[in-house]
Amino acid sequence: MISGFFIFNQKGEVLISRLYRTDLKRSIADVFRIQVVSNSDVRSPIITLGSTSFFHVRINNLYIVAVTKCNANAALVFEFCYRFISIAKSYFGKVDEEAVKNNFVLIYELIDEIIDFGYPQNSEADTLKTYITTESVVSTSIAAEESSKITTQATGSTSWRRGDVKYKKNEAFVDVVETVNLSMSAKGTILRADVDGHILMRAYLSGTPECKFGLNDKLVIDKNERGAGGDAVELDDCRFHQCVRLDEFDSTRTISFIPPDGEFELMRYRSTSNIKLPLRIIPTVNEIGTTQVTYVITVKTNFNNKLSATNVIVRIPTPLNTTSVDCKVPLGKAKYVPAENVVVWKIPRIQGGQEVTFSGTAKLTSTTHRQVWARPPIDVDFQVLMFTASGLIVRFLKVFEKSNYHSVKWVRYLTKASGTYQVRITVSEKIAP
Amino acid sequence: MSSFRAAPRKGENFELAADLNSEYKDKRKDAIKRVIANMTVGKGDGLFPDVLKNMQTEDLEQKKLVYLYLMNYAKTQPELVILAVNTFVKDTDDPNPLVRALAIRTMGCLRAEKIIDYLCDPLQKCLKDDNPYVRKTAALCVAKLYDLKPELVIENGFLDQLRDMIADSNPMVVANTVAALSDIHVAAVAAGVPKDEFAITTDIVNKLLVALNECSEWGRVAILNALSRYEAEDSGESEHICERVVPQFQHANASVVLSAVKVVMIHMRGINSENVQRTLIRKMAPPLVTLLSNPPEVQWVALRNINLLLQKRPDILSNEMRVFFCKYNDPLYVKVEKLDIMVRLATEKNVDPLLSELKEYAQEVDVDFVRRSIKAIGQTAVKIDEAAERCVNVLLDLIASRVSYVVQEAVVVMKDIFRKYPATYEGVIPTLCANLDELDEPEAKASLIWIIGEYAKKIDNADELLGIFVDTFTEESYQVQLQTLTAVVKLYLQKPESSQALVQKVLNTATKDCDSPDVRDRAYIYWRLLSTDPGAAKAVVLAIRPPISIPRTTVSAALLDELLGEIPLLASVYHKPAETFVGRGRIGADAIPKKELADERLAAQKALQTVAAGQQAENLLDFSEDATNDGQPSGLAATTVLASTPAAANILSGTSSNPLDDLVSIFGSANLGAPPAPQANGNALAGLGVGGFGFGASPATPSVLQPATPVVPPTPQAPAQPQQAQDDLLGLF
Repeated sequence: MISGFFIFNQKGEVLISRLYRTDLKRSIADVFRIQVVSNSDVRSPIITLGSTSFFHVRINNLYIVAVTKCNANAALVFEFCYRFISIAKSYFGKVDEEAVKNNFVLIYELIDEIIDFGYPQNSEADTLKTYITTESVVSTSIAAEESSKITTQATGSTSWRRGDVKYKKNEAFVDVVETVNLSMSAKGTILRADVDGHILMRAYLSGTPECKFGLNDKLVIDKNERGAGGDAVELDDCRFHQCVRLDEFDSTRTISFIPPDGEFELMRYRSTSNIKLPLRIIPTVNEIGTTQVTYVITVKTNFNNKLSATNVIVRIPTPLNTTSVDCKVPLGKAKYVPAENVVVWKIPRIQGGQEVTFSGTAKLTSTTHRQVWARPPIDVDFQVLMFTASGLIVRFLKVFEKSNYHSVKWVRYLTKASGTYQVRITVSEKIAP
Repeated sequence: MSSFRAAPRKGENFELAADLNSEYKDKRKDAIKRVIANMTVGKGDGLFPDVLKNMQTEDLEQKKLVYLYLMNYAKTQPELVILAVNTFVKDTDDPNPLVRALAIRTMGCLRAEKIIDYLCDPLQKCLKDDNPYVRKTAALCVAKLYDLKPELVIENGFLDQLRDMIADSNPMVVANTVAALSDIHVAAVAAGVPKDEFAITTDIVNKLLVALNECSEWGRVAILNALSRYEAEDSGESEHICERVVPQFQHANASVVLSAVKVVMIHMRGINSENVQRTLIRKMAPPLVTLLSNPPEVQWVALRNINLLLQKRPDILSNEMRVFFCKYNDPLYVKVEKLDIMVRLATEKNVDPLLSELKEYAQEVDVDFVRRSIKAIGQTAVKIDEAAERCVNVLLDLIASRVSYVVQEAVVVMKDIFRKYPATYEGVIPTLCANLDELDEPEAKASLIWIIGEYAKKIDNADELLGIFVDTFTEESYQVQLQTLTAVVKLYLQKPESSQALVQKVLNTATKDCDSPDVRDRAYIYWRLLSTDPGAAKAVVLAIRPPISIPRTTVSAALLDELLGEIPLLASVYHKPAETFVGRGRIGADAIPKKELADERLAAQKALQTVAAGQQAENLLDFSEDATNDGQPSGLAATTVLASTPAAANILSGTSSNPLDDLVSIFGSANLGAPPAPQANGNALAGLGVGGFGFGASPATPSVLQPATPVVPPTPQAPAQPQQAQDDLLGLF
């Protein structure tokens, strides 16, 4: 399995190095630096040299690298790298060179705990925090009792939850967050529209609560069965946090679980049918001669006018030889960003049922040979509160606990897009007047 | 704390030693932290005794740091490590389970002979500890010990103890026990131990299935792996295992999902009922698609495995093509995999959206991706007869864009389409010829020349067009020279009256002024053929070539089954058996820096040996390229011959590379071993240069050339052919 774990900075300097097995030497880090960090043309996340395989994931200015010498489980190694990142995030906020340097002792302690002999161990940040803390733990006899409890819990069948959680007010917050993936052709044909849904839960519940969760869903395995079933939302697939009893879901379709304490992702799902697109983008792009490109881009909001889309950012691509762009917008602000070759149009808030139009002209410098312009798609980021593109609704969340306490539940819905909502453009050419 | 990372100053070790012996606790701990920081950059091994003094402490964090230091330097200071033994042994009796586990975990990692003898007793104790956390750590420690000294594990009966622990009440202990036993099993097999150290019985399977639903995600992967090794007794048992594993498809962790897919794929083979099999496959599809919403690296692993699954079960994702459409910001390696999968999923029904996507991709900026997209269009045309015309139209649109690399790739692809549908798209030829001036890549030129030669009868100014290439004959690459030669001969055989002079000229130039033995040889053979028996020449040169098709699999059926059993291991990602990149025969990356320093000539020699040994595909530094290219058949590699005679395979590769393509049929299935020079890489060229003078003899020897060894996929451009030929050359040399 994993023989070594490293963190490199952008220059290829080793920030963290931990070998789990003896089939590697420390100098292996040099090989990675030569083959990956200083190689500008790395075209695969796994590099195998001889019998040594390097798995790397990039985050901010860092390389998180796992090295193996065997026929390792590639999915597991990458999942582990990402798990490390999420644990690091939950311990010290962001993961960058500065943070790693400031927390290297903690990181060593963590990676020693979450991998043993190359096999990933308990990697639930919540549980880890009970015995790996930023303040040093002093081992006394009282601590011994405490750690006995911790360790039993960390290895038990509910390794994600401590047993002795107590809250004055028992609350559970459910956030349904949907990310819309859209790819639309210039003519307005939908090439791909689907929703990646995440159901996030913040559970502040005492004791060992047994939860049951219900949606207006209908899991469709066979596409031929589609069509029937009223207002039920068709989910193509769903996957659950490890606290959900999969066997029970498989046989009776009920989502039952004992939640971890605090925030976690209960469920992820995917839906492809009847997607309501909250924003419609209608682009018209004309090239006038070789010196100008004109844009008329209309954004229509396609939801109830009591709701509104916030933080709308429309990125409109411009040719590489653009010198300046004149923008006119009725709402928000638009600005040409030369470094990214886009016009960024920011709209802080827009009501439902509205329509706004951007018009602009990009001036181009004349170049001797025409550079190919890739014509990247227009990209839109936005958030719409209390709206789900799939139509999913939480039907119920029931909490059962021995002490039979009353619990308050809150549900929020959010539909958003960031970097996944794309409308392609075609450029029609016009002769300069 | 960042100051710890500053470059060590002169005499820092001295300063650290003083701090390590300080009377103040905080100062000592800070010093240890600095020592660890230095250790990361490979410094500070002179402080062993001083660090050791800080081992006995109530502070768990400090203890961990000292242990970390010990693990790193135990090997270099075995005599000193012995000083730590007492503390370790004492710690394994500590009331705090975290301390006990930490001690046993660290002892297993010290790997100093002297300490091992002291390890067995505490390990024995810890395996039976009340606390599951200690037990799960001890279980892995057995695997560590086995790695170091197998006989000790067997003598002490640790293996039997581990086997008993599969029945432990704690799922995490079971998971680690399974991981440890599997690890030992692999080590034992590698060491050639005949006994199966981890035989999986029905009894064990039942225990594993129970633990599966309760343990952590990583534990599930270990258990699923063990389940995949089990051989079910009958169809009913296979079905039972699949049923119990299927719920794991809904797990959030991609490695659990893929491992579950593996177990189901393996045990499905034992299920008799078609219906059950179909249901299982249907349940598999949505989770596979969902894997695509993971981060790109995980997505890539999933895509590579989906590619394999599709080769076994082409129907698995038949309705899901759209999810494989590339996003503008996908990394290239993800896009490339998606392209391949889209072509696999292409049917008459969904070909229209596919083509409009591919056309879109062909207008992006990344040259590599554009080329692959155009290739995908060609593959679609070859795959789906009904869509061929639409594909050709898209290609024509792309050619009209006049972007150099687009036009060139489109020409190469058109050649494949001509191979599949001869005489259907002759109307396109003038458009292709109009772009003659745009072409500067050998493959594109060679393809166009092949097309001109093939349709010489129908192209009025064929002699003029070929004349251009004949004029610059000596400046062209060998690949182009060979195609020019053949095309001119084809032209002559079809229109003798107008091209007499041209054929004379080309034969003259090729035999006199050309420095490639391949080209000279071919020219001589043509010359002799034409002068002795024009009828035979016609039969040879104008022979009808068998049509081509897209291979359904990129690996042989046996290898495919083997690889499906290795989802989602590296082997299934690379689509190659594990032996090709792990094991004793391989050189580790450790050896690379050494090699770089080595004498250049020595390295060259070594490279030649590697080539000769047929391991070129694994050639160390090529691998990264290989990883992405692998399984991405390019150009003709994507097409294979319907008729599976060895000669046919050669003919096929001949259209783009094998210089003797048109001659091969003369000799029927007895192959000529002529290494195609143009496609060979640096190493191969070196081999050619060396072997140049002895080369004339080579075509005459009926060579050992094989179209494909049983395990190698039938991709004509696979390095197998040139290598084998090189083997001959090296022998001659």
